[in-house]
Amino acid sequence: MSLSADEVKKIAYLARLGIDEQDTDAYAKDLSNMLDLMTQMGDTFTDTVQPMAHPMDQMQRLRPDTVSEHNQRENFQSIAPQIEAGLYLVPKVID
Amino acid sequence: MHNKTITEQAKDLRSGKYSSVELTQAYLQRIKKHKALNCFITVTEEHALEDAKIADTQLSAGNAKLLTGIPIAQKDIFCTQDIKTSCASKMLDNFIAPYNATVIENFNNAGAVMLGKLNMDEFAMGSSNETSFYGAVQNPWDTNTVPGGSSGGSAAAVAARLAPAVTGTDTGGSIRQPASLCGITGLKPTYGRVSRYGMIAFASSLDQGGPMARSAEDAALLLQTMAGFDSKDSTSVEQAVPDYSAGLNNSLEGLKIGLPKEFFSADLNNDIATTIEAAINEYRKLGAEVKEVSLPNMKLAIPAYYVIASAECSANLSRFDGVRFGYRCDNPADLNDLYIRSRGEAFGAEVKRRILMGTYALSAGYYDAYYIKAQKVRRLISEDFNKALSEVDVLMGPVSPSTAFAQGEKTGDPIEMYLADIYTIAINLAGLPAMSIPAGFVDNKPVGLQVIGNYFTEARLLNIAHQYQQVTNWHQQTPQGFE
Repeated sequence: MSLSADEVKKIAYLARLGIDEQDTDAYAKDLSNMLDLMTQMGDTFTDTVQPMAHPMDQMQRLRPDTVSEHNQRENFQSIAPQIEAGLYLVPKVID
Repeated sequence: MHNKTITEQAKDLRSGKYSSVELTQAYLQRIKKHKALNCFITVTEEHALEDAKIADTQLSAGNAKLLTGIPIAQKDIFCTQDIKTSCASKMLDNFIAPYNATVIENFNNAGAVMLGKLNMDEFAMGSSNETSFYGAVQNPWDTNTVPGGSSGGSAAAVAARLAPAVTGTDTGGSIRQPASLCGITGLKPTYGRVSRYGMIAFASSLDQGGPMARSAEDAALLLQTMAGFDSKDSTSVEQAVPDYSAGLNNSLEGLKIGLPKEFFSADLNNDIATTIEAAINEYRKLGAEVKEVSLPNMKLAIPAYYVIASAECSANLSRFDGVRFGYRCDNPADLNDLYIRSRGEAFGAEVKRRILMGTYALSAGYYDAYYIKAQKVRRLISEDFNKALSEVDVLMGPVSPSTAFAQGEKTGDPIEMYLADIYTIAINLAGLPAMSIPAGFVDNKPVGLQVIGNYFTEARLLNIAHQYQQVTNWHQQTPQGFE
């Protein structure tokens, strides 16, 4: 299985991940090698096997629906790159 | 005093032989002296000395707790309130954590003194500590070689006596492999045993924090501090924490050891195989019975792991968006540009590779073929372990297929680097506890023996390691120049 440089660019965009143009071929090669490694699983019969998400198949724990966290907005926003009036600032989204 | 175990140091602190301030200063001086190893990302000197003073007051008042006054260093993956928590990434170079990880709280509550934050592979992705934004870590046994990874700074710091014990995290071998390469004792607990709250996530269904120390006896004290149910971690398992030190001296008479034949195939270096066999012979002398077992799906562990770990990594690392914390690019043109450049400029090559791989494996049309397939294979691997562990008490084998390799030797080929974890990865997929214990040397480089147990048998593993350390002195060896 091999990925082309264009496919790598498409995946990078899906991940919103900037990669240098000059590195695209190297990523394509590395990812293709990784995919080759992964195709080794293909021959194993797994039609009747349940996927395993948690090592002990533990279910999501439930808790009473009561307030457990207090508001720490100022604390958390103190490390934000750019804020104003308690809001996170990003480039203009709507004209 | 830096050559003593924390068990001995705790006794000395209580008897007043030296103070916590003196002990802390001794380590801080060693950290400065051996700065070239690059074990630390942040040294919290002032903070440590303040904590040591408080510890001394408690010690003299006679109300010391388990680790009061003992200097400990933390892997820089655990959030530490008001202290930089970088995960060895440019992305978090400016990140001052607004809260403490549960593990950090636990160490604070036990009275430990924090020396600083340890170097690691970026976001714990690597097996050599060479992907760190802060540069590679040197292995004190041979400074031209790697300490292993991702907890490379942790392992090198303990081996070089820059801290008596430290924390690490293990997603695919990141405690055990560096422990093996640096000749120290490391324990990856059962998945769910140690809280992941505030431990920066890489692959959430695999990540697990654990202790790294000079001996099993010390590791028991650290695990005692770290382990326990935490309602803040939704995957934490509600199970009582036993006394990990109580059974250290239990006899190993009748212990059933299984040797998975897949661990001793032709791929294993001969000298390492001989070292591991010698260690197993020691266990025979201690009364253990040994038999061969099989983990038939072992060869699928690496492919399944790299699908699952990459997929979970791509999801977890999507939180780094340049908006709420961490690195943000200059002058973004629009929102997409803000995301793309912030992430593109701040993540290193290995992290990018895994995000790309994970994004691909989770994308429409490939999800079933890769992610679901890998989760199914994961179950097969887990069932192999269940079967083997129904026949024997523990499994033993090598930790790593080689001793410490040269800096730069594997950085050009990601697949070759992944194969460094060939004996450790399957254990994370199954979620089992496992240890690396020093078992000898090949060409003056340490070799670790891996001991794998059933779920929540950490106390038994520590007992098995401790008994071996009573009849061998591999764990007491110190690298030349770091005595």
